[in-house]
Amino acid sequence: AFFWLVSLLLASLIWFVSVHLSDRDDAKLQYGLLVFGAAVSVLLQEAFRFAYFKLLKKADEGLATISEDGRSPISLRQMAYVSGLSFGIISGVFSVINILADSIGPGIVGIHGDSPYYFITSAFLTMALVLLHTFWGVIFFDACEKRRYWCLGLVVGSHLLTSGLTFLNPWYEASLVPIFIITLCTGLWAFFTAGGSFRNILKCLSCKQEDESRVMMYSALQVPFED
Amino acid sequence: MITFMNNSDSEEEPCNERTSLMSAESPSVPSYQDGLQASEAGEVQAHRKRRTGSSHSPNNIADGEMSDSGVPERESTLENEEEELTLKYGAKHVIMLFVPVTLCMIVVVATIKSVRFYTEKNGQLIYTPFSEDTPSVGQRLLNSVLNTIIMISVIVVMTVFLVLLYKYRCYKFIHGWLILSSLMLLFLFTYIYLGEVLKTYNVAMDYPTLFLVIWNFGAVGMICIHWKGPLQLQQAYLIMISALMALVFIKYLPEWSAWVILGAISIYDLMAVLCPKGPLRMLVETAQERNEPIFPALIYSSAMIWTVGMAKPDTAARGPSQQTWDAAEDGRENHRSPSHADSQMSERRSPVPARPVTSLEELEEEERGVKLGLGDFIFYSVLVGKAAATASGDWNTTLACFVAILIGLCLTLLLLAVFKKALPALPISITFGLVFYFSTDNLVRPFMDTLASHQLYI
Repeated sequence: AFFWLVSLLLASLIWFVSVHLSDRDDAKLQYGLLVFGAAVSVLLQEAFRFAYFKLLKKADEGLATISEDGRSPISLRQMAYVSGLSFGIISGVFSVINILADSIGPGIVGIHGDSPYYFITSAFLTMALVLLHTFWGVIFFDACEKRRYWCLGLVVGSHLLTSGLTFLNPWYEASLVPIFIITLCTGLWAFFTAGGSFRNILKCLSCKQEDESRVMMYSALQVPFED
Repeated sequence: MITFMNNSDSEEEPCNERTSLMSAESPSVPSYQDGLQASEAGEVQAHRKRRTGSSHSPNNIADGEMSDSGVPERESTLENEEEELTLKYGAKHVIMLFVPVTLCMIVVVATIKSVRFYTEKNGQLIYTPFSEDTPSVGQRLLNSVLNTIIMISVIVVMTVFLVLLYKYRCYKFIHGWLILSSLMLLFLFTYIYLGEVLKTYNVAMDYPTLFLVIWNFGAVGMICIHWKGPLQLQQAYLIMISALMALVFIKYLPEWSAWVILGAISIYDLMAVLCPKGPLRMLVETAQERNEPIFPALIYSSAMIWTVGMAKPDTAARGPSQQTWDAAEDGRENHRSPSHADSQMSERRSPVPARPVTSLEELEEEERGVKLGLGDFIFYSVLVGKAAATASGDWNTTLACFVAILIGLCLTLLLLAVFKKALPALPISITFGLVFYFSTDNLVRPFMDTLASHQLYI
């Protein structure tokens, strides 16, 4: 979360400086600067995710050397999940908390002609973003670990794409639906990257049957014992 | 004014219960009319404790080497296990400190956001006499700097006064003042707080019920803090007291003065702990010479020392290290607990190399807790509360400050585990907090607001 905040800080600094150096009255230019700021922010977030990966790798090695059995108590996959989750949480919270705070107060949504579905779509978008950050974290760390740079590029690309889709925002069909499709695909990709498979799901769902077979084995063991 | 001095008594003698704070004969810190004094005393104690902790480690290491000369292998495995345990405990300590700090901040922020009394300007403390209602920016800055200078000099004077009192053994005086100040804090400030909360939510309450509630709250608090009580209740009381104190600071310190004071206090903390001629260092050294516990002050501890089943040499050796249990007051204390814990571990290990180490380790694991001075709680909460009260970016700034402070605490604990000597808890966290506050308020807020108005996500 701290790393994400620092990246946001740097991105806002860049945006702020660019806004102050430019003409304030030109609305198109300001919008362009906003797009530029958002893109810079996405790239910085991914850069800081990479920096965090490097830091965790070092910590992992340190933990492994001092532990008794030579392995660190936390696997890199767990760290990837936690890192993605925390990026997602802080990003989601920063995006939505002021909206939530305003939603308590008296007011009418969209009275000036904006969409009246602002709150509900913000909620869905935030949820998608949190999930996406988690999935990106898992995929990113795995890609860095296995040095599959095309995966890295794909993650950064999908982040840019998601952020870009939100620019279409009052037109919610064009922004929400693709973002959810992207979330689903990234989720499946992260699931398979983390070692999941159809067999794992089936095993998880049918865990009762496995117990029964174990019970049978136990009773089978008992018979010769009694003899 | 707040006579704000809560001292939790240190454990001088080993206690047989898991959750008791024993009353100590250690000299209490004089409670002064102002939180500064408390903080000073706290600092003093913190420093003393720090010194005790740091000076104990070399002693213990020396003992360990002498007794373990015949078993180098066991020593090395012990050291390895010790190091691993230290790191494992380091992580556990971090979590054990995150929870109370977070709770305190939540209480402060919730109160600031709902009860308007604490954001109204109703006067200032006498320690910040210069008003900030001046028309020009330069004048305002000058006034806040002057306020800070006065505040810090009061702290320094009180610390020196405390050192003198301790040197001349005026223990009863300190103890009595301590009890008086915690009485005032637990009763008067709770009464005001409860009154304001009831006013905000328009809840009617009659005086007899109010009297009963406050009497019970205050009496149980006094007993828990100064005598024995369940650990979690004591922790809860300490958190509530820190929150009340922080709220008072937020209310009565003018804006710019508050920020400058926060910065100055962390610099002072840094210097007072690490400079060789600081009053706090001298206090710690005096306490060590006399082999006495340092003032029972406010310290938050997450576990109690449990000496059941410990060998005699352990308890004897434990005495001086138990002194470090005294927390400093609301001053900026530091958790020397990891360093003390380490010293305790090596203490115990050195005289008993032949014993099965695992059982000792288990006992030690349960005993090692983490201690953080309440002054640190208070100043962290003041920072976050001020961010919640005055930032126009509302929740983003508050959250950023919160994350920054927790990361600073994490780093401080890491440094503590690395250096194994007392370190100030305030500088890193407050620096991060201040940097994040100003940058989030001025840079991130317009960016996020503009993004949110177009419903853009990054």
